[in-house]
Amino acid sequence: MNQLMNPRRTEKIVFFFLLLSTLVVVLPVILVVGIIVVRGSSVLSWEFLTALPRMGMKAGGIFPAIFGTFCLVVGTVVFALPVGIFSAIYLSEYSKRGRLTRLIELAIVNLAGVPSVVYGLFGLGFFVVFLNFGASILAGSLTLAVMSLPVIITASREALQAVPKSFREVSYSLGATKWQTIRHAVLPHALPGILTGTILSLSRAAGETAPILFTVAAFYLPKLPKSVFDQAMALPYHLYVLSTQVPNVKLELQYGTALVLVALAVLMNIVGIVIRSYFRTKKQW
Amino acid sequence: MVEKIQVQDLSAYYDGALALKKVNLTIYDHEILGIIGPANSGKTTFLRTLNRMNDFSPGFSYEGSVRIDGKDVYRDWEVPQLRKSVGMVFAIPTPLPITVFENLAYGPRRHGIRSRKRLSEIVERSLKAAFLWDEVKDRLHESAMKLSGGQQQRLCIARTLAAEPEVILFDEPCSGLDPISTAKIEEAMRELNKQYTLVLVTNNTKQAARVSDRVAFFLMGELVEIDETEKVFTIPKDERTEGYVSGRYG
Repeated sequence: MNQLMNPRRTEKIVFFFLLLSTLVVVLPVILVVGIIVVRGSSVLSWEFLTALPRMGMKAGGIFPAIFGTFCLVVGTVVFALPVGIFSAIYLSEYSKRGRLTRLIELAIVNLAGVPSVVYGLFGLGFFVVFLNFGASILAGSLTLAVMSLPVIITASREALQAVPKSFREVSYSLGATKWQTIRHAVLPHALPGILTGTILSLSRAAGETAPILFTVAAFYLPKLPKSVFDQAMALPYHLYVLSTQVPNVKLELQYGTALVLVALAVLMNIVGIVIRSYFRTKKQW
Repeated sequence: MVEKIQVQDLSAYYDGALALKKVNLTIYDHEILGIIGPANSGKTTFLRTLNRMNDFSPGFSYEGSVRIDGKDVYRDWEVPQLRKSVGMVFAIPTPLPITVFENLAYGPRRHGIRSRKRLSEIVERSLKAAFLWDEVKDRLHESAMKLSGGQQQRLCIARTLAAEPEVILFDEPCSGLDPISTAKIEEAMRELNKQYTLVLVTNNTKQAARVSDRVAFFLMGELVEIDETEKVFTIPKDERTEGYVSGRYG
């Protein structure tokens, strides 16, 4: 009994299991990234990144897919960021605490948990068919924007509420109006948090396949889109097509595409982290 | 003497609980009114009613009236205009995490002043009036958070002045400061008194004695006594006042 309760032994056992759990989390990530890098880096070349696909996608590059994903991300930011910030401002600064507000908050939390394929079907029904945008960058961006909104709103609200109450009091006490207070004393100090949340949700949106499946993604389109009403290729869907729809594609090509997609997501996350740490060193309250 | 602020039968409540009980008093133009009293005596509630900062306290309600320049603060004044005219310095120094200059320019900018030259003039004049100019004139574009506690509080006074108020409310402005910083702020208050009407809430009875022209003593939400400073401290009319100023209440 005495030996079982030995605190030093307990310490070691606890430490072991905590470490094990962490490894279980980290190991698959390392493996996935490792395998993709090892098998995909051989096809990486300037041509792969900048050329159009040839021979039914079995050769050439993936530039249209990269460009398409870039367009979708830009479109998502354009639609989701303003709407997300404004509704977060409304919810955290203007709305009165009541049943309606709680209902809206509940809806937003639940929307964040809706599977992405459901957003895809919504986009098909609403943007593509009802609003008659057709399968287009516009419809795809709007669908991804709708999917990103709950995360952006939640992150923005938290960032707004983290701004100390004294900033608002000072601003009001100097004779500022409500909007002036939000615009000049609250928003600037919440912006880093808002941007970080937005970038992280964008990197997720950039890698989603289901929402773009019915709304924008082209199976094979060896040219660049000319307007927002055109279809476009996109990296996640291109990867799906290469892996399952086209016979006899070199495995390296698939891994190369996956590598570009992962690199894109990592890059965006790094930008998010850099913004956050830059402002954390400047933040002094 | 011109009457600047008239308070009539002012009662205040938080969620129905009484915080101020039928307070009647008059504050004159260009005087320093000290408000003393123990914790929970309603002095801060009273102060925050004068510029309607109580609007942000959940459950706040009031009865009676507060008139500034003859206009009722709850009926006749535009709230931003009221707060511009009735500035406030808080208990804890509250610089915004932006530069000294931008802190000072915050009020004027919100009131529509764009010209860089005008702003610079206002910043310099306000910092000088708060006795801070010499210490920060070379650091105007550094973060205000780098200043010491006493400097930050004088920055807050200067920032209030920059909004060009007529009345300034001080809510225990020296509660977290050392004696030398306190002395500097008291010096600033006496100088400001030539131009502004000051209301000073303080837990420090001696400070009220040093600075104020008149003193009001609050207890449990009631205005017990208001009179010239010397009278309150030497021949108070109410024995509760006497007990408080002579230190019997600790």
